[in-house]
Amino acid sequence: MVLVFFTYFALVSIAAGVLTVALKHPVHCGLALLALLLHVSGLFILLNAEFLWAVQVIVYAGAILVLYLFVLMLLNLKTDDRYFHSSYLYFLAPASLGSLYVLALLVRSPFGGAKGDAPTVAVLQDGDTYAVGIKMFSEYLLQFEVVGVFLLGAIIGAIVLAKTPKPIGDKREG
Amino acid sequence: MVPLSAYVAVSAVLFITGLLGVLIRRNFIIVLMSVEIMLNAANVNLVAFSYYLESMAGQLVALFIIAIAAGEAAIGLAIIIVVFRGKISTNVDEMNLLKW
Repeated sequence: MVLVFFTYFALVSIAAGVLTVALKHPVHCGLALLALLLHVSGLFILLNAEFLWAVQVIVYAGAILVLYLFVLMLLNLKTDDRYFHSSYLYFLAPASLGSLYVLALLVRSPFGGAKGDAPTVAVLQDGDTYAVGIKMFSEYLLQFEVVGVFLLGAIIGAIVLAKTPKPIGDKREG
Repeated sequence: MVPLSAYVAVSAVLFITGLLGVLIRRNFIIVLMSVEIMLNAANVNLVAFSYYLESMAGQLVALFIIAIAAGEAAIGLAIIIVVFRGKISTNVDEMNLLKW
C-alpha cells in the first residue's frame, strides 16, 4: 500500500515539476507548482513527518504560492513569444544524460550510515510534532533564533524594496 | 517497503528539473518557482534520510529550509516589483543594470 502511494506521489510530483518548467503561461506554472507542493507533502506523510506536512501545506501552498499569484496578478504579465533560453536544447541534452548517470549511481547505492537516536517507534509514541519540538527547542535553539532574525530581516527588506519611492524632481517617474 | 534510493532518485529528478528551469526559462518569476522546486527536492532528500537513519536532524533542517524559502520568495518578488516598476520586463535577459 505504501508502495502504491509512493509511486503515485513520486510520479505526480515529477510530472508537476516538469509542467512548472515547461508551461507557457505563468499562472499555469503557478498551479503546477501547487500540485508539486501538495504531492511532495504527501511524500512527507509517508515518511512519518506529519509536522512538516502541515508546514508544507500551510506555509508553502498557503503563503508562498499565494504571494507568487499576487505578484503575477499585480504585474499582469503578457506571455512572451520567446520564453525559453535561445539555445536551451544545448542545456537539455547534457542535463538529461548527466542526470541519467547520476540516477543509475543513486539507485545502486546502499546508503548505509550511523543510526540516530530517534527510531520510528519512539517517534510514533508521542507523535512527530512532539519529537520535532523537543529537538528544536533543545539542541537547535540557536538555529531557531537565527532563522527568526533572518525572517525579520527579510520582511523589512521586502517592505523597503517594494515601497513606492517618493518622486525626486523630474529625473524619474513612477 | 520503499527503499531509500527511490526517495533519493525522486529528489534528484526534481532537483534537475528545477535546475533546468533556472537555466532555460527567461521569466524571472518562473525562475524563482524553479528555485522553489529545487528547495523542495532538498527537503524530500533530508526527510527521507531522517526517516531511514532514525534521526530528527533532517526534519529540523527541512523546517529551516522552508523558512529560508519564505524569505527568499518575499525578497525575490519585491525585487521583481521594483524592476517592473522601472518599465523593464521580467525577462532576465533584459535585466543587465544594477542601477538606473
